[in-house]
Amino acid sequence: MTTQSTVFRRALSLPQAKIGLALTAVVVLLAVLGPWLGPWLTGYDTTGFAGKPFQSDGVAGTDGLGRDVFTRFLAGGATLLLYAVLATAIGVVLGTALGMLAGYTGGRLDSLIMRGNDVLLSFPQLVFALLAIAMLGPQGWLLVLVIGITHAPRVARVARQATVAVKDSDYIKAAQLYAMPRRRILLREVLPNITGPLMVELGLRLTYSIGYVASLSFLGLGIQPPSADWGLMINENRIALVVEPWGVLLPVLAIAVLTVGTNLITDSLASAAAGREKEVAA
Amino acid sequence: MSRLIVRRLLVSLAVLWLVTLLVFVATLLLPGDPVRAILGQQATPERIAALRAQLDLDAPVWERYLNWLGGVVTGDLGTSTATQGPVNDLLGDRIGASLVLLVAAAVLSTLVGLALGTWSALRRGRAADHTVSGISLVIAALPEFVIGVALIVLLSTTVFPLLPSVTLAPPGEPVWSQPSQLVLPVLTLALVVTPYITRMMRATMSEVLDSGYVEMARLKGIPEKTVLLRHALPHAIGPVAQVIALQLAWLAGGVVVVEFLFRYPGVGQALIDAVNNRDVEVVQAITLLIAAVYIVVNLLADIVGILTNPKLRTEVTR
Repeated sequence: MTTQSTVFRRALSLPQAKIGLALTAVVVLLAVLGPWLGPWLTGYDTTGFAGKPFQSDGVAGTDGLGRDVFTRFLAGGATLLLYAVLATAIGVVLGTALGMLAGYTGGRLDSLIMRGNDVLLSFPQLVFALLAIAMLGPQGWLLVLVIGITHAPRVARVARQATVAVKDSDYIKAAQLYAMPRRRILLREVLPNITGPLMVELGLRLTYSIGYVASLSFLGLGIQPPSADWGLMINENRIALVVEPWGVLLPVLAIAVLTVGTNLITDSLASAAAGREKEVAA
Repeated sequence: MSRLIVRRLLVSLAVLWLVTLLVFVATLLLPGDPVRAILGQQATPERIAALRAQLDLDAPVWERYLNWLGGVVTGDLGTSTATQGPVNDLLGDRIGASLVLLVAAAVLSTLVGLALGTWSALRRGRAADHTVSGISLVIAALPEFVIGVALIVLLSTTVFPLLPSVTLAPPGEPVWSQPSQLVLPVLTLALVVTPYITRMMRATMSEVLDSGYVEMARLKGIPEKTVLLRHALPHAIGPVAQVIALQLAWLAGGVVVVEFLFRYPGVGQALIDAVNNRDVEVVQAITLLIAAVYIVVNLLADIVGILTNPKLRTEVTR
């Protein structure tokens, strides 16, 4: 069983992991520092009026309400990133807990958890989120919660499989002989030995979370106006794609670079966890 | 084997029933008085009374569920609060339009994915393989609307102005009357799922090509094409079928964003409108419909899995 640190070290030695880290770091820095940098660089805030609608003033022009596109672009990543990270955390923690419990305990509890999973798995994630939003309205906490919940069964499947693979190992049997309580066995003995597949899930779920939060905002059902947000900006500015493309292109580019970056890291983690670094495509 | 398939069928039916329960329970989450939530503060008492009667709100919850389920089973999906017409009329043409999109994207991505995956596996470790893997990795990361916008910029508005960026057909006219408006939505959906099919096909095909029976066939002097089509492909198709089905089922959800982006008059666009209008009955009907498609496609995948690979039998029933 590979330990956490060797998986990380092996993953980081791959060239695609370095590219992925660099891409992700650029967008994360932009998203985190952007809200402060924006007003200082351009002199406008995200909701202030900079000129007439859809003009080429400033770095990237103005949007349909005459607000400065570049300022809004700089400020538009922070909430998206926060929501995506929170949703991923909820999904991975919940899924890991359920999956380990199902895999380690087996029997009735296993069946119950996995059948519950099957029900949640029969909705595409975005459609399930839309169902919840239709009932409760587009609110931040709901987006985070519902995306997290739809991740959980997918993570649970992986965690369960990994747990089943290690639960008959000698060190687990030894822990059982010492009458270690179940929670302690799961946290101290099982969890550290299934971090490989879980890290891969974490990366994958983060990539998808970014996509889902941005998609919902793009549909007008996520982050609400007048907030500056990349997904929402694409929705607001796409009617002027021909005259003032930057309002669409900048956020599209940022989301693309971010998701490609996280996916490259995820893929290198997957290669490292599978121990097939030689075969990996550069 | 048939017993196994029947059992898998029953599991799907049970899941489908639980899904109807979940979709119904979701409506109970409407905060406060659902009629007020739907109609807003300015609603007249007559409209409130009418909607209460229409939604059957004075009946107990289980009775409402049974009435609704009875309607769904007999093909009556209820009445839309926004249009005041039957949900069936609202969805009729749209289901056809969405199916055109789904089937076209499914066929395209399956053919391209299988071909690219096989080609990549045959050229393992060479430049072509690395290029295919690299490009799939990048495209697989992108959300649908990013791919869609990129295609619009590339093929419609800016670089090569060839295709319409939105659906032009007036309401009532079938979408396939102007085939050019189908190209970008189909291409977007196909691009989203092709990388996964390609990667799975490459992995499975690589394994199969290393196997004893392929080596045996080659040693017997069978032409490479026959080796590939007769000996390798049938063994690779089983596991790949599951991934293909998973991706196609996924298309049922991805269609929502793509239809919105291209203003395509399908079920997904109707879902977004219904969510915006809090048109509860339509949201229920469409989510149930999409979940049903999802369940059926997954069921078919598992059946293909059972039929093509006896070794899978035990894993499928778990």
